[in-house]
Amino acid sequence: MATLKKDIRMMQGNTACAEGAIAAGCRFFAGYPITPSTEIAEVLAARLPKAGGNFIQMEDEIAAMGAVLGASIAGVKSMTATSGPGFSLKQENIGFAAMAEIPVVVVDVQRGGPSTGLPTHVSQSDMMQARWGTHGDHGIIALCPSTVRETFDLTVRAFNLAEKFRTPVLIMTDEITGHLYEKIEIPDQTELEIIERLKPAGPPEQYLPYAMTPSDIPPMANFGEGYRYHITGLAHDESGFPTNNPDKVEEQMRRLNRKIERYRDEIVEVEQFQTDDVQVLVIAYGATARSAKKAVLMAREAGIKAGLLKLKTIWPFPEKEILAVLSSVQTIVVPELNLGQIAHEVEWAIGRSRPVMRVNRVNGEPITPREIYSAIAG
Amino acid sequence: MDYLHYLRQSKMPHIWCAGCGHGMVLKSLLRCIAKLGWQKDDIAVVSGIGCSSRTPGYVDFNTLHTTHGRALAFATGLKIAKPRLHVIVVTGDGDAVAIGGNHFIHAARRNIDITTIIYNNNIYGMTGGQVSPTTPTGKKATTAPYGNPDAPFDIARLAAAAGASYVARSTIYHTARLDKFIEQALTKRGFSVVEVLSPCPTAYGRMNKAGGPVEMLLFQKDHTVSLEKAAKMTPEELTDKIIVGVLVDREQADYQTNYQQIINFAQPQKA
Repeated sequence: MATLKKDIRMMQGNTACAEGAIAAGCRFFAGYPITPSTEIAEVLAARLPKAGGNFIQMEDEIAAMGAVLGASIAGVKSMTATSGPGFSLKQENIGFAAMAEIPVVVVDVQRGGPSTGLPTHVSQSDMMQARWGTHGDHGIIALCPSTVRETFDLTVRAFNLAEKFRTPVLIMTDEITGHLYEKIEIPDQTELEIIERLKPAGPPEQYLPYAMTPSDIPPMANFGEGYRYHITGLAHDESGFPTNNPDKVEEQMRRLNRKIERYRDEIVEVEQFQTDDVQVLVIAYGATARSAKKAVLMAREAGIKAGLLKLKTIWPFPEKEILAVLSSVQTIVVPELNLGQIAHEVEWAIGRSRPVMRVNRVNGEPITPREIYSAIAG
Repeated sequence: MDYLHYLRQSKMPHIWCAGCGHGMVLKSLLRCIAKLGWQKDDIAVVSGIGCSSRTPGYVDFNTLHTTHGRALAFATGLKIAKPRLHVIVVTGDGDAVAIGGNHFIHAARRNIDITTIIYNNNIYGMTGGQVSPTTPTGKKATTAPYGNPDAPFDIARLAAAAGASYVARSTIYHTARLDKFIEQALTKRGFSVVEVLSPCPTAYGRMNKAGGPVEMLLFQKDHTVSLEKAAKMTPEELTDKIIVGVLVDREQADYQTNYQQIINFAQPQKA
């Protein structure tokens, strides 16, 4: 009997991101060199032409973001990758992607900030920038891997969510997860669920690219396929043309936000570890979730009923999932490589019903399991 | 010539002021597209922000109105992802060579097969007449009330130096020549640029006492010299002259021809 040979490799997180993108059907990458994300561009520079795709190194981060949007408008799944300073520059066109509803994946391998900060050291301090970095009200999806395999899986998922919801999706990884080497099994292509954008079926003259459909997600036509329409970052009506009509603008703005919020149950993913009888709940994400898991094991050994809720989706925020495990919880511990960006969000989610202990570090070093254990043990 | 065939009539009237030159550039572009017989589905018009960048809204093609200065970045991705599209970027002086200056020189260096038409009115018109990177030294703008202290860019020479395959400059007064240049640019493989001097009587004309639309057109008529003639004139004689003509028309491999070689190398079995 022929059995499929398993594809097991020693791989870096950033490489897993690039491989996940290829598996998801990404055939265009535009980037600009920046530590600690550069390996993603380097791997794709070699891989994409082999896969019949295109890699281009643009003149700056802004151009890279613009180019991926142009390629996506032509119907090619596209991705760019960067770190803090580049993420700041990309915000302008991330806003365009949100407003014009163009599917695209943006990876931020987080390093210390603000400004040039600590280029080679880990941080998780762009979490709020992911939510509110570009101006204006808009929904956004942001995912957060903490292992190499998860980086692969969440990259595939990021493309699926982008295509399904016509929106930019952010992968908020970090320097540790990006540079970490782990042995992973690459899933066979046939095992992967791959989602393509919904395209219009009706006659071109009746096509409304921003129609108020029951799903709130109007079909998207690719340029050059017979549907000649207009895309703009200006406020627009259902036809896509600019409007100042307050009713039309309000209608579209509400839909733009609602189309993410109403599907939050489908979008949000968390992972529970020893949460059944949990009294001290650790909420963590990214590289810090690795230390948190070890800290929970140490606490259990010491007889403390500790558990971990790992957030794989950061935006929309998993408040429902936090509330679901809260009944036996007396204290919450939120370790993160910033000064409390997500801890603040947790406090809001639980209505300040439990004390939220912060474990923070902003010097480029990771948070150790012992430090989190100390917070758990009180 | 049936202009209406190419226009989105429901989007008229356009926002351009009476006497603005931009409509003349648009008509020239449409005449060239009609002459070439290109299908509307096969054309993408991409712009940034500003008066000229409102062009895509009015034309019945695949149209993309991007962020300020970024049209060429979007257009680069679009062209690479769908090479059979004729990608035309329409942009202004501020959009193309101030906020978008980096994208402009790199698109030229990369020699991507895109035609860029720059409506140069020497001012930021949409925001009410601020100094632009092509406002001549000493001329007035709302943000240069005592005269512009900066030197202007020569857009055509900038594009030529940065590596474009085709570069030409015309005025809107010389429409026959403008048609010829735009047609040549559209059919040129590689990065092609046509800089079109398009008067702004409302902002630039008023602040600089250049007269109304007619006077500004007559200025173009009286002050234009060809490249050949300019070569024989002294710098003093050229101070208030507009030099028009084809600055560059050269054969060189475009970006996608070069990238195809990379694909062939990476996939030797398919080469």
